[in-house]
Amino acid sequence: MILRELSANSIKEKIIKREITAQEVVEDLFKWIGLKESLIKAYISLDKEGALLKAKEIDEKLNNGGRVGLLAGIPVAIKDNICTWGMKTTCASKILENFTPPYDAFVVKRIKEEDAIIIGKTNLDEFAMGSSNENSAFHVTRNPWNTDCIPGGSGGGSAAAVTADMAFMALGSDTGGSVRQPSSFCGNVGCKPTYGRVSRYGLVAFASSLDQIGSITKDVSDAALLLQVVSGHDCHDSTSANVEVPDYIAGINSVNNNLRIGVPKEFFGEGLNPEIESAVKNALGIYKKNGAELIDLSLPHCGYALATYYIIATAEASSNLARYDGVRYGHRSQLSEDNIIDMYSRVRAEGFGSEVKRRVLLGNYVLSAGFYDAYYIKASKVRNLIKSDFEDAFSKVDCIISPTCPSPAFKIGEKITDPLEMYLSDIYTIPANLVGIPGISIPCGFTTTGLPIGMQLMGKHFEEEKILRIAKLFENETDFHLKKPGLK
Amino acid sequence: MDIGIKQIEQVARLSRIKLTDEEKGFFREQLTDILSYVEKLNELDTDGVQPMAYATSLKNVFREDHQESSFPRQQILELSPSSANGFFKVPKVLE
Repeated sequence: MILRELSANSIKEKIIKREITAQEVVEDLFKWIGLKESLIKAYISLDKEGALLKAKEIDEKLNNGGRVGLLAGIPVAIKDNICTWGMKTTCASKILENFTPPYDAFVVKRIKEEDAIIIGKTNLDEFAMGSSNENSAFHVTRNPWNTDCIPGGSGGGSAAAVTADMAFMALGSDTGGSVRQPSSFCGNVGCKPTYGRVSRYGLVAFASSLDQIGSITKDVSDAALLLQVVSGHDCHDSTSANVEVPDYIAGINSVNNNLRIGVPKEFFGEGLNPEIESAVKNALGIYKKNGAELIDLSLPHCGYALATYYIIATAEASSNLARYDGVRYGHRSQLSEDNIIDMYSRVRAEGFGSEVKRRVLLGNYVLSAGFYDAYYIKASKVRNLIKSDFEDAFSKVDCIISPTCPSPAFKIGEKITDPLEMYLSDIYTIPANLVGIPGISIPCGFTTTGLPIGMQLMGKHFEEEKILRIAKLFENETDFHLKKPGLK
Repeated sequence: MDIGIKQIEQVARLSRIKLTDEEKGFFREQLTDILSYVEKLNELDTDGVQPMAYATSLKNVFREDHQESSFPRQQILELSPSSANGFFKVPKVLE
């Protein structure tokens, strides 16, 4: 048995039963990180000292017969766009290279309260803008299944860390697929909850009507555990939902009776890699064998989701990123400045990478006088049409299943020169963000070249429990989630 | 859909980002490509459709009107790249 390969639930159980100490788990993990991190580069920063200190505290609590939290002793990685008190939070951007937040994000506060051990901050595309991790200002994370390939984005660092057993679970953020797409490329379970289910307080804003914090884990039970801890209302996020959080941990093992699964034809059309299509069709067959009814359906406006997204997300990003002005925190140009406008313009020219500049420019363009109605309002109307498609669909089915991505992980450098081509890898994940519904990606196969394939399950608003349960049913029937890349 | 250099310069000014000539060139091309792609939204008739800004129906969320302490001034000023005498320091704003 190799400790680091265990699920988060299993390692927690061993720690609580005193079969092993939390300190031993942390030491073992950092030893492995020391061996493999130079190859994978999942992290922007690591905190061994802090992790050991927390582990010691948990061990002492357990030795004294004290009560420990739901995440007792579990080493967790956090995407570096989620604020951690006293720990640098860079968003993989030069503009925040030396930023240390004076507070914890809601989710960080929650996992600390439940005795998680934070081991480090993971790499991402700058400000979570990207699909490959190549837009990080610091380095490119590699896919543990094939180190010539990208791990996906923007949460590629979190996904690679979990896959390479360099963290037991991770937090990410998902604006257009940044939890689900890298989870699909790295063979993890990646869950984006309903918009408002998890507080965004302390998540560095990209596109506020789409951003949602989610989990990247080794299996569905671990996802239920982490979501249980981070879900719930928070008065510091005015869009946070005041809706009761069900018991996900118990809920995932309930029986699925009369399951109706929707299969949207728009997600199985042109551009879908045939190996992925066949893996997802196979998975649908497994559901059918287990008594589910498969229902063909159509989401006619989903073909417009990507165009809609790139207007709305960039418009919101251009406003959100206006705060990086070099005055209150972050990078300040060393060049002398004549006036404040020049200073802003130089700070932002030096501090932002190409993709961030591209999106800020595009966002300001679609919001500018004369274009606002033609682009932003038009996109907001189409967003409503897409939402109606899903409402119609969910009147007939419990969940919708699709591939998570049209293709498996691609080679580093393959799509970096063509932004539009890169954007297409999020085509199946974006609709859930526009509509605000929960989505989860789970492993459902491998390509002939040995790269993981992910399948996406989408549910109604606040029905995380149901999609987790349906995902668990598949996991019980298969062993794709147990496969490991050969990093020995 | 074709964006000119003048439009790129205008939007860069709005964005407060100083662009090099090379950047102006490739952003012009890339923005032209992306905007041409999003033109496909015009295939749809959206007359009478309400614009949707948020995925929730929440409106005007208020909290109790009570005082809460804020961060200590010194702690926040320490994050700033330039401060003096308890203030953020910036170049001249008024001529």
